[in-house]
Amino acid sequence: MKPAVWTGDHFFTGDIACAEGALAAGCRFFAGYPITPATEIAEHMATRLPEVGGTYIQMEDEIASMAAILGASCAGVKSMTATSGPGFSLMMENLGLGICTETPCVVVNVQRAGPSTGLPTLGAQADMMQARWGSHGHYEIIALAPASPQELFHLTITAFNLSETYRLPVLVMADEVVGHLSERVVIPPAAAVKTRERVPASGRRDRYKPFQRGACGVAPMAAAGAGYAVHVSGLTHDERGYPDMSAAGQEKMMTWLTEKIRANRDKIIQTESYRLDDAEIAIVSYGISARSSLAAVDEARAAGIRAGLLRLVTVWPFPEELIRDLAGRVRALVTVELNLGQIHLEVERCARGQAPAILVGHAGGAVIPPEEIVARLSAVSRT
Amino acid sequence: MKAQPADHPLNGLLRTERIPHIWCPGCGIGTAFSACLTALLNSGMDLTKTAMVSGIGCSGRAAGYVKLDSYHTTHGRAIPFATGMKLAKPELNLVVFSGDGDLFAIGGNHFIHGARRNVDLTVVCVNNFNYGMTGGQAAATTPTYAKTTTTPLGNPDTPFNLPLLAYAAGATFVARWTILHNRDLTRCLEEALAHRGFSFVEVLAPCPTGYGRRNREKPLDALHLYQEHAVIRNGASPIEVELDPKRAITLGTFVQIQRATCIDMYDKVCRPAVAL
Ligand code: SF4
Repeated sequence: MKPAVWTGDHFFTGDIACAEGALAAGCRFFAGYPITPATEIAEHMATRLPEVGGTYIQMEDEIASMAAILGASCAGVKSMTATSGPGFSLMMENLGLGICTETPCVVVNVQRAGPSTGLPTLGAQADMMQARWGSHGHYEIIALAPASPQELFHLTITAFNLSETYRLPVLVMADEVVGHLSERVVIPPAAAVKTRERVPASGRRDRYKPFQRGACGVAPMAAAGAGYAVHVSGLTHDERGYPDMSAAGQEKMMTWLTEKIRANRDKIIQTESYRLDDAEIAIVSYGISARSSLAAVDEARAAGIRAGLLRLVTVWPFPEELIRDLAGRVRALVTVELNLGQIHLEVERCARGQAPAILVGHAGGAVIPPEEIVARLSAVSRT
Repeated sequence: MKAQPADHPLNGLLRTERIPHIWCPGCGIGTAFSACLTALLNSGMDLTKTAMVSGIGCSGRAAGYVKLDSYHTTHGRAIPFATGMKLAKPELNLVVFSGDGDLFAIGGNHFIHGARRNVDLTVVCVNNFNYGMTGGQAAATTPTYAKTTTTPLGNPDTPFNLPLLAYAAGATFVARWTILHNRDLTRCLEEALAHRGFSFVEVLAPCPTGYGRRNREKPLDALHLYQEHAVIRNGASPIEVELDPKRAITLGTFVQIQRATCIDMYDKVCRPAVAL
């Protein structure tokens, strides 16, 4: 077998980096369906997975892909799929099953411009609210936003680790530009890759509860064939996994599903600050737009505008407290994103009127140039 | 104090704490389910390595009663879920137990692709000609002219011939029985479980609450129809087994062929160096 961790210096695209990150994290099952601009992830997995004893399967659609990775995960194998807008829409049904049944897996969305078929080959960041609320019902989710191929490598590993820690599907919300961008990607030695392995069920079969809602985190997960005869259902269920068709049962399950994320927000949320300490205007951005924003901060500073950047590495759960505190310290918050105002509305909500929230948005299909951001920053600084 | 039920030979395979089940009196699903459990017991398979996967609907509730690793998934998606499970852990035996609406309308695309790949699954489809769980709507299996809540004047559509569909898509074991033919059904399910590859067993079963009520068919009437019109023709061409419940109900094992499974082919083509 070939090594699963491709240690060394590479020059390749974000999509390849994502696939390599998955392999380094221990992913051994990929089910997918071709779609621009995420196809290269599937192609790379089709070559690499059999080399490391894993399995790749091209399913009949994205509904089946999502179902298959949940099945594989329930069999005890780390699994993932990768897609873009139209496929992401089809995955929403079984994403909900993954959330309800607390099944770890990773879903990568290399975002392109929508709605519908939209601009298949051009980037956008317009599925951010779909990532938050796309499946029916109320739930918490984790979504990460990589800004470079190197980060796609690392965040795919992080996504697997978070999915195992909290037992839920984790979303990697990349975009076409990051997915297709070729850059240097450094892959560390295998021993330096931190992976979270699944805690197998242990102890007596009659005492094991596959969905135990514990103070010390999620329940160990018994894989199919481990001898625990688990029952796993997308119906509202109790800690044994048995259906509980009552308002009280719903309340209990929902409290657990939401609290296991909410109570660990501080551990989950990652952000990066750049020249924010003395900033008068704070940019909030993520993914490819954060790179334009980074350049814009330096250009604005050179022009005498005290700008800074808060880059969201984790978009969901949203860093509410951080935005609220920031809003109390700056004259304005400027959200830069490739949509017409999604995370912008979250920023505005969390600012609670302490500072105006301004959008530098774009309908998708092109990267927002730094000059456009600088122009807005200077307009804001003059008011 | 509740009376304890006498020990039933299938109790070891049931989540007895979940009984009573939701199925209506006169419903045929329970009979199909117990035939399946009996076949599992007789199969000699390692039941700790056996999982049942269901979709949504009355038949889909089977996964909730069986004391195996059991997965009650989304509507129509049991086959791709089971496919992922089988490919990830080939030593598992996978039984998909679900209804006609689930497997052949919303799940039809998954069914044909599972059959095409010859994934080593045993798919048991309880066919009661309608959507029972939601109150008796038309399905892809409802006979032409039959009444359902969504075809109040009669069904204008043509139903699928399920064995033909399964065979054309690539299934390597295809059979049909009714719940009246309990022993044949059980034996057939044992063969289906032992078959390497995609096996499909259609089980005709009455749904008195949904279908029977609107088509003047009491549970016993359905069984009489099965008795009067059943023709056992093992090896019959699937093209000749179209159902006409009031005239011809062809039963038997129609297809039983060997073809490399999905995993056999993946090992051979994609990972010869690491094949077990
Ligand atoms: S509605 Fe029909 S299929 Fe469902 S349990 Fe009742 S009789 Fe059986």
